[in-house]
Amino acid sequence: MQIQGHAWKYGDNINTDVIFPGKYTYTVTGRAEIARHALEDLDPTFVQKVQPGDLVVAGRNWGCGSSREQAASCLVYNGVGAVIAESFSRIFYRNALNHGLLAIACPAAAQAIQPGESVVIDLDRNLIQCAAGEFAYPPLSPSVMGIVQAGGLVAYVKRKLAAGWQDEKMTG
Amino acid sequence: MTEKIATPQTFAQKALARAAGLDRVEVGQVVDARPHVVLSHDNTAAIRQIWLEFGQPRVLIPDRIAITLDHAVPAPTTKHAQNHAEIRAFVAEQGIRNFWEVGRGICHQVLSEEAIVLPGQTILGSDSHTTHFGWLGAFGAGIGRSEVATLWATGELWLRVPETIHIVLEGDLPPGVTAKDFSLRIIGDLGADGGIYTAIEFSGSGMHALSLESRMVLPNMMAEMGAKNAYIAPDDKVFDYLATRQAKRAGQGASSADEQLVNRKSQIVNHALFPDPGATYAAEYHYQAAQLEPYIACPHSMDNVVPLSQVAGTRVQQAFLGTCTNGRLEDIAAAVAVMRGRQVATGTRFLVIPASSQVLSEAMRLGYIQTLVEAGAVIGVPGCGPCMGNHMGVPAPKEVTISSANRNFKGRMGTADAEIYLASPAVVAASAVKGVIADPREL
Repeated sequence: MQIQGHAWKYGDNINTDVIFPGKYTYTVTGRAEIARHALEDLDPTFVQKVQPGDLVVAGRNWGCGSSREQAASCLVYNGVGAVIAESFSRIFYRNALNHGLLAIACPAAAQAIQPGESVVIDLDRNLIQCAAGEFAYPPLSPSVMGIVQAGGLVAYVKRKLAAGWQDEKMTG
Repeated sequence: MTEKIATPQTFAQKALARAAGLDRVEVGQVVDARPHVVLSHDNTAAIRQIWLEFGQPRVLIPDRIAITLDHAVPAPTTKHAQNHAEIRAFVAEQGIRNFWEVGRGICHQVLSEEAIVLPGQTILGSDSHTTHFGWLGAFGAGIGRSEVATLWATGELWLRVPETIHIVLEGDLPPGVTAKDFSLRIIGDLGADGGIYTAIEFSGSGMHALSLESRMVLPNMMAEMGAKNAYIAPDDKVFDYLATRQAKRAGQGASSADEQLVNRKSQIVNHALFPDPGATYAAEYHYQAAQLEPYIACPHSMDNVVPLSQVAGTRVQQAFLGTCTNGRLEDIAAAVAVMRGRQVATGTRFLVIPASSQVLSEAMRLGYIQTLVEAGAVIGVPGCGPCMGNHMGVPAPKEVTISSANRNFKGRMGTADAEIYLASPAVVAASAVKGVIADPREL
């Protein structure tokens, strides 16, 4: 399985106010509305030109600041396939994966990828492929990958429980 | 055949390997952790709403769940009261024994006093200051509400193994300089994002010279640097504290106590985890205690740190001593030493909110509460108080509060057009006396 798209490249310390403006936090609801305001104060061209499968590529500390979950979901609603960064703010990282958005911390890849270039993420081999070469990233555990593929934590857990997952696990 | 040389592991690596049932883990690896304790508080009812989506009639392991009511206690509104009522019903329905009512105190303080978390264990909580439990050598981290719901249903949650920053403190803190000042200095130096996604390990002669209550301050404050967890190696003082309180909770009588206490203690000791010598750290910072001084975090961020002298004389309308950071007996004692024979300044309120009922009780027994009340302080119900703006000391617009809490974001205490300075307990008390930010050493 793979993700393939063009890279939208940004810098360091991009905080969640800039990814999804705070003024919309309580007034903007619904997938389409939330999607429309993604990266509004950072890059107005993003929502106009982003294609499903595209990737956001960033420097250090992507997603710092507020823990608002729309910072992750607004990217999901625009069809972003994954975020590759040198580093993530912890809460954004968890929110992303728990909302089904693949977040990969891979400094070498994040630095090497050029704006707009075509990038492939090979999910089976945990490799990022771009013009500069192939970069390995630490594999997600099966359960986290399952979370991303299920579209988020709650959906994932519901599915697993319905399938009798609880019986396999320790109960004491 | 080449022999694999096992690389030394940090505490975070060891703790998460244990929680995941693995021999070893690497930095960056994601593991499925089964924490020993899952913590929530007044947000438990909201978490239950998410948990209900899973359609499970019962939580998986009730004895691993710990719930306190602390963020708005006693309930300030009908809505809060209804929230608490739902939590009580849930606790009763599920047979959750680790539940503490209104007035028992703040989650991190209560779970420490009750010896719920032990060295080498992992605790995850829907509270960002769950890092607190590093004081006793546990791995404590904050998570989201949907993640606590997941833990109730499944007992496990994914966690990424962080890299570790090593902070060393050499020597004893000078008089008037506290663990709070050391915390503020670190955050000021490294920045509010200086520890993002990292584990912090503290070491050095200065750390083990700290009282247990002082040790509690540091991992608590490291959450303000974005840290995932923070750790101090447990020592004999920690083991004795926990064994004694564990025995007390088990209702062990005095007669057969000694041998059982020794057994308890050795079990606790054996379960403790320590970083390997030669473990790899992402960065290392050394501090000489003698070079530290009292610091203040100025509005509106925790890394806006300056020496106390730079803001002394700033008018304050409210002084707040309390919270999981600095609401313990040692902190109250520091305030009492300042307040004895003095009065709170006219035009300034001094709120003192003990972090737990045990702290309050002991403070009463020692005469501290009497002294504070006679000095004009206002004593509050053990809980988080005005820290995040729910009640019990929300400031008016334009007012300035000097606080022993851990956060001073704009609007944090419930009013956007207000300012919060963070400081150590003695500085908070001295400022209450003077009506301006003041150095207790100069009173």
